[in-house]
Amino acid sequence: MPRWDRVKESFFNGERLIDSLPRLLDAFVLDIKIFVWSTPAIIALALVLAIARSSRNPALFPVRIFVIGYIDIMRGVPVILWIYLIGFGVPGVGLERPFNSPLLWGSVALVLTYGAYIAEVFRAGIDSVHESQRAASRSLGLSNSQTMRFVILPQAIRRVVPPLMNDLVSLQKDVALVSLIGPIEILRQANIDKAKFANFTPYIGAAIIFLMITIPLTRTTDYLLARERKRTSATRVR
Amino acid sequence: MKLELRNVRKSFEERVVLAGIDLEVNAGEVVSFIGSSGSGKTTLLRCVNLLEPIDDGAIFLEGDEISTIGRDPNPIRRRIGIVFQSFNLFPHMSVRRNITLALTEVLDKSAQEANATTHSLLKRFNLDEKIDAYPDQLSGGQQQRVAIVRALAMNPEVLLLDEITSALDPELVGEVLDVVRELKGSGITMLIATHEMNFAREISDRVCFLDAGRIAEQGSPEQIFTNPNDDRTKQFLRRVQAVGKT
Repeated sequence: MPRWDRVKESFFNGERLIDSLPRLLDAFVLDIKIFVWSTPAIIALALVLAIARSSRNPALFPVRIFVIGYIDIMRGVPVILWIYLIGFGVPGVGLERPFNSPLLWGSVALVLTYGAYIAEVFRAGIDSVHESQRAASRSLGLSNSQTMRFVILPQAIRRVVPPLMNDLVSLQKDVALVSLIGPIEILRQANIDKAKFANFTPYIGAAIIFLMITIPLTRTTDYLLARERKRTSATRVR
Repeated sequence: MKLELRNVRKSFEERVVLAGIDLEVNAGEVVSFIGSSGSGKTTLLRCVNLLEPIDDGAIFLEGDEISTIGRDPNPIRRRIGIVFQSFNLFPHMSVRRNITLALTEVLDKSAQEANATTHSLLKRFNLDEKIDAYPDQLSGGQQQRVAIVRALAMNPEVLLLDEITSALDPELVGEVLDVVRELKGSGITMLIATHEMNFAREISDRVCFLDAGRIAEQGSPEQIFTNPNDDRTKQFLRRVQAVGKT
C-alpha cells in the first residue's frame, strides 16, 4: 500500500508545483493560440459542410454524398489518429518551411475533424427549424440560398449555441493532443518537468490550468442551455 | 382572366388530394373555398403559389403557364402572396424586418423605400405601434395581421388566404377578417380557404365547395348558402350548421 506522504510527495508537491506553474502557463499560451486560430476555421468549415448537406438542389446530390462520406470518415476515426496521420504525414512528404511545421498540420487535423463534428451540430439546428418557415420565406420570392441565409441559419445557430459550446470545451482539451507530434504546449511541458524531477505534480498543475478554463466554459454552457429551455418551453412542471 | 387552373391534380403518395380542379378567376374577384378538412383547400392554394408541384394539369397566371416543371418559381411568387394558418412570421426578426426582408432582398428596394412601404401599410392596419416588436410579443390576431401586411408589401396581384383565422381565439377572428374586408375594395384578386361560413358568404363573389379533391359545386354565395344543388354541399352545410359555425 502506498503511503499518503509518498502520494503527496509525488503528486501534490507544493515546491514542484510553484516551480512548474510559470513554465506550464507559458506553454499553455500555445494551447490557447491553437484553440483561438482553429475555432473560426472549424466553425466556417462546419457551416459549409452543414449547408451543403442540407441543400435540396437535386443537382447537388454528388456534393451531399461527398459531404456525408467526409463527415462519416472524420467522425468515425479517433482524433489522435488524424493528428498523427496529418501532423506527421503531410510535413513528411518534403515540404519547405514554414509549411512543414507539425504545429500547422496538427491544427489542420483538429480543424478537419472538429469541422465534421460541429457540422452535425449545425445540421441538427438547420433540421430543427420548422418547414413552415421555409414555406413562408419561399412564398415571398426569396431563393433557397436567401432563405438559408436570412431565415433558417439565424434561427438554427441560436438553437445550437449550447451544444456548440459543449464541443468547444472538448476541443479546448483535445488541443493538447497536438503535443504528441512535437509542439511544446502545456501537456508536453508537464511531461518534460515530470521527467526532469521524477515527480507527477506538473501533471496536476496542467490539470488545474485546464480546469480553470473548462469549468467556467461548462458552467456558461449550462446557463445557456437552461435559458434556452426556459425561453422555448412552457411553464415548468414540478 | 387573372388565374386559370386546368385539370390540376395532386397526390401525396397514394392519397389523392386534388382530383382534377378546373377554375377560372377574374381580376379582382374574391373566391372562397369551403369544404371539410382534407377536401383539398389548403393544397389547392399551396399549388397556386407553387409551394407544391402539381402532378398533372396546368396553372396560368394572366395566360402564362406558371406550373411548367423547371420554371423559376421566385418571380411568380412575387406576384402571388400567401398568408398561412399558423402565421409563419420569422421569430428572430422584428415586425419591421419581417416585412422589409423581401422588399430589400427580392425587390431590391432601398432601405428607406422599404421602410416607407412598411410604415404606411402598418399604419393602414393600425399596427404602426408594433413596428419594432418581435412576433412573440404580439397576440395571435396581431401576428396574423402582420403576416397579411408582409404579403401585401410585395404588392401581389393575387393573394391566397389559407384558413387565416383557424389558429386564432374566437375574439381575435374579427380583427383579422376586418383586414380582409378592407382589402376587398382594393381590387386585389383573392382566393380564400376558410371555415368561417358567414365570412365566406359576406366577402366572396363566388364560393366553391370542395369535396374529395374536386369542386363539387360553385356559385354565388347566395346560391351556395341558401339554395345548394349538390347533395354533398347540402350535407356539409347541415353539418356545420349543427355545430353552430354559420
